[in-house]
Amino acid sequence: MQCPKCHAPMHTYNRNGVQIEQCSGCRGIFLDYGELESLTRLESQWQQQVPPAPPAPQAYPSAPAPAWGAPHHGGHHGGHHGHHKGGFGRMLFSS
Amino acid sequence: MTASVLLSALTATARGAAHPGQGPCACPAAGAVLADRADGTVVRHGDIVAKAHAPGTDPAELNARLAAAAALPGILLPPLTPVAADLHDRLVTFWPHGSPVDPDAPERAPWEDAATLLARLHAVPTAQLPGPLPPMRGPAKAALAVARLLAAGPHAASAPILRAWSGLPPWARAETPGGHVSALCHGDLHLGQLVRRPAGTGPWLLIDVDDLGTGDPAWDLARPAAWFACGLLPAQEWTRFLTAYQEAGGAPSLQGDPWPALDAPARALTVQTAALAVAKAVAAGRVLDEAEEALVDACDRMAAVPAELAHGVAK
Repeated sequence: MQCPKCHAPMHTYNRNGVQIEQCSGCRGIFLDYGELESLTRLESQWQQQVPPAPPAPQAYPSAPAPAWGAPHHGGHHGGHHGHHKGGFGRMLFSS
Repeated sequence: MTASVLLSALTATARGAAHPGQGPCACPAAGAVLADRADGTVVRHGDIVAKAHAPGTDPAELNARLAAAAALPGILLPPLTPVAADLHDRLVTFWPHGSPVDPDAPERAPWEDAATLLARLHAVPTAQLPGPLPPMRGPAKAALAVARLLAAGPHAASAPILRAWSGLPPWARAETPGGHVSALCHGDLHLGQLVRRPAGTGPWLLIDVDDLGTGDPAWDLARPAAWFACGLLPAQEWTRFLTAYQEAGGAPSLQGDPWPALDAPARALTVQTAALAVAKAVAAGRVLDEAEEALVDACDRMAAVPAELAHGVAK
């Protein structure tokens, strides 16, 4: 999906079982119905019990990128296939 | 000559090159059209592929490029005939058939093989090639894409693309020769430019010599670099490609952090791909898809980071 504010592509993340979409351009976050409640519930659980330290995110060594590049999010890439969004599959094969 | 006349003439030519006689044949893919675009028509008949090159292709330059391919058989697919033939008003070349990268499985793309072939191509001493090669046509193709965008009619994405183009150094816009580095370059690398020969089992080879020539080797890495920078190609695949290139002895300018050398070509290929996407979208009356929007967004961000200042080198 595209960001309603800046129209950049939005990437889906899983945060403690809650799916959120974050814009790769303005970093805005989109929540589906019920997701805010889920996050609030998780937050209250967090406050009630001191949780163990979260494991360091499993990150591929980040590759240098130019300043004009799209914001890359650690841990998002790799590990799954069929990730070529939009018409990128076609773009890979054309001049 | 209309496109359909060319196609039937080319089909007959491919058949004639594959075998004599006009009777029925059992050749696989007899008369299969592999590509039919303004910049080239490609027809297969059995083990033979015939390509009609773009109108206006210079015969001396094409023959020099063919000679280079013939001289580098482990890197480029060698042509079947040493010089281009005339077919009406077009130049035609003949090639053995090879199997391409599966377009339905780009995640299995042979990034390491592509990178290794490029590293070997870039290391070829150009003085040892049969004839003087023209410049590689990468920047010229970017300029043609921008010309197509200008001719396509108004579109909201044109302004950021043209602004990014105007910020590029003159050599990357094909306005001055790119004399800063001179290696043998493919000039138009993408996943459609690799085949296995023999089909399915043989080693990967580079095809399509139309843009081959001398220039900045960074151009050949710049399309995957642009895809990565635009957030389209996962960092993992880009890193595999870049690392394999560096480990195979790629150009010195691309060792270590390659971005000082890649910045201008990757910008130019982002502009080129975005310009062609918008021109096609205008012609088809469709909106840009997600990947195309990502290219336009990158063009938009380029204005904030001038190319000349990014690395302190005005090439």
